Amino acid sequence: MDIIWNSLRELITPTTAAYALAAIGLNVHFGFTGLLNFGQAGFVAIGAYGFAISVMTFGFSTPLAIAVTLVLAAGYALLLGIPTLRLRADYLAIVTIAAAEIIRFALNSSAFARWTGGANGLYNEYSGWLKDSNPYPEGVLTLGPWTFGSNDLWIATVDWIVVLLTAGAIYLLVGSPWGRVLKGIREDEHAMLSLGKNVNLYKLQALVIGGVIGAAAGILYVQPTSVQPFDFGTRMTFNMYTMLILGGAATVFGPILGSMIFWVVMRFTDELVNIGVEHGLFENVTQGSQLRFFLVGVALVLLVVFRPQGILGNRTELSFDAR
Amino acid sequence: MIPSKAIRWLLAVLALACVIMLPSPASAAPAGEWGFRGLLRDGGKQPVSGAVVEIRDGDQVVGTDTTDEKGRWGVIPVSGPGTYTLTIDTTAAGGHFAGDEYEVEKELVDSPTTLPVLNVVVSTTESSQQVASFTDRLAQRAVSGFNLGLLIAIAAIGLSLVFGTSRFTNFAHGESVTFGGLMGFVFAHVAGLPLLVAAALATILGGVFGWAQDVTLWRPLRRKGVSLITLMIASIGISMAIRSLMQFFFGNASRGMTEESWGTVTIGPVVMPATSYASMGISILVLTAVGLWLKYGRIGTATRAIANNAALAATSGVGVDKVTRIVWVLAGALAALSGVLLGVFNQVSFDMGFNLLLLMFAGVILGGLGTSFGTLAGSIIVGVCTEVLVLWIPADMKYVGGLAVLVIVLLVRPQGIFGRRERIG
Repeated sequence: MDIIWNSLRELITPTTAAYALAAIGLNVHFGFTGLLNFGQAGFVAIGAYGFAISVMTFGFSTPLAIAVTLVLAAGYALLLGIPTLRLRADYLAIVTIAAAEIIRFALNSSAFARWTGGANGLYNEYSGWLKDSNPYPEGVLTLGPWTFGSNDLWIATVDWIVVLLTAGAIYLLVGSPWGRVLKGIREDEHAMLSLGKNVNLYKLQALVIGGVIGAAAGILYVQPTSVQPFDFGTRMTFNMYTMLILGGAATVFGPILGSMIFWVVMRFTDELVNIGVEHGLFENVTQGSQLRFFLVGVALVLLVVFRPQGILGNRTELSFDAR
Repeated sequence: MIPSKAIRWLLAVLALACVIMLPSPASAAPAGEWGFRGLLRDGGKQPVSGAVVEIRDGDQVVGTDTTDEKGRWGVIPVSGPGTYTLTIDTTAAGGHFAGDEYEVEKELVDSPTTLPVLNVVVSTTESSQQVASFTDRLAQRAVSGFNLGLLIAIAAIGLSLVFGTSRFTNFAHGESVTFGGLMGFVFAHVAGLPLLVAAALATILGGVFGWAQDVTLWRPLRRKGVSLITLMIASIGISMAIRSLMQFFFGNASRGMTEESWGTVTIGPVVMPATSYASMGISILVLTAVGLWLKYGRIGTATRAIANNAALAATSGVGVDKVTRIVWVLAGALAALSGVLLGVFNQVSFDMGFNLLLLMFAGVILGGLGTSFGTLAGSIIVGVCTEVLVLWIPADMKYVGGLAVLVIVLLVRPQGIFGRRERIG
């Protein structure tokens, strides 16, 4: 029974919130505009490192650090988008995945270790602004069946407020004329062109907005922990695709629901792996974890083939699976 | 609106400036003992004892030590942060690597997360051989790069044939490369078969692996009539699943492909293992054979016909499904062969294929999508760039060079060197 409560705790953890936010950004790319961004982890990494380095190396104040980070992410989106958006869909996919790996290799390298800490990443000396503003009483707090450290609960609160505000903004954007043009581009680019819409400009705007949301998710992602270059691999992006398609691409709450279910299931299987290690099924926890990611991969294939609209999506509205 | 070239360039330069603006902060050296201690291992992860480790700052020797029976050497103190050269002389050491002298450059950096005493793990297979001058090192790197380029080309030809017949970019192609590498490791290292036999077996199994992928996944999906984007996402899911499975069985470590040594061949300043030249020979033979098959073979011409216009090929009596299946088998076999050769060239690890996939993309795009000759040329350029750049950038940034080529080419000439304009819109 403990396993189930422990797993359900993931519904509100900061990690779930950060992933939900990054998946919302990916949803702007993939769900609403039909852009195949296979490198969202790159945007998240820019967010995490941009913020940490701004605070730790340059001593920026928190608002300035956030602003600098988001501007960097916008610049990166322009760099990727300008040459590739006028080409076929695969080009954007290839370039985003390659650029995300360039970023990860560079962050992992000893060449910039003075700023990035190389393969060791960065200790958390940047989340003081959150800890100092914590209104909750100190110590361990109980929330329903779960216990949280005071800081963790505060970080989770802030994270979820950001996620909900972003979801609200997306809801308004998607309903706006601008959002309807995005959907039009996803369904039929040529129809939009013939209506006189500047398709490439809209795509670029979508890429920048989704990327900036991804970078904001990166800032949130590293608040409760340290910065580890290993986290920002390709696996991160495809976990997000799995959540997004599970919850329902092109819906406002799909990515949030997807992230919640994903992390509850991951935590549950994690507990199962621990039991397996105790009984000698696996050599160690890492080895068991690989099987979980094998299942994530399989789940992604099954979802995209058999239920591309996910849980909340509407099959007639979403046509990336149509010919 | 297509922005004019000037504006596009300006934006690109601005975006680049955003990315590479790294001012240098003032460094404050903490008081502490700086130095190196470490571990010396050979390609099979076995410790190397009795090797002499010497640390130089420029031309000045700062300290030496000898590795013990566990391959370890103690702390050799140095004066502070900076780049030092570690020379490892294995003349007196026991081992099968014939008394070579190696040189590695290591940097001590002043950062909040790195310790002042750096733990160095050196493998005798990774370290660059000590060679005299810059031009000699360049020659050495260029030959390595040519070798790597040929490996990329073999795998990339399969990728572009699949692209031509199945119409989607298969992101799981790298896993076929890893499959070949792991099978080669199993036959050569675990079963102890001769390297060439292991390579042949792995290639055949790779063909079977490609066929299995087509029968279980791609053909049903083709029949179902799913969209391009669905296929790509499915291929990413497959890639993730297979990679995790490989990691499950093989673990995170990189291992040497084989203990088998064919000695080294010295041509002028370039000292290479004989296996590298064998690998280049095999690559060139295979590439020539595939080229001839595409140009003159019955199935080869059918493949090209499908790539140009599948509907027309089908109405002209080409069995599209049959040809596509043959292409999947061929792509799997080529990828596996490339994986074996890559394992000999570097080492075997669970993500070797995925890293190669990104270089394949770079090669294919640089050469131009849809041209076989372009793929070959592009792959070789990417391979040479990747290896040669190591002269200037740290080895752990190795792949960045190849990938940077990709981004730059797309900025300047998206259709690639030999590509035709209409293929990209």
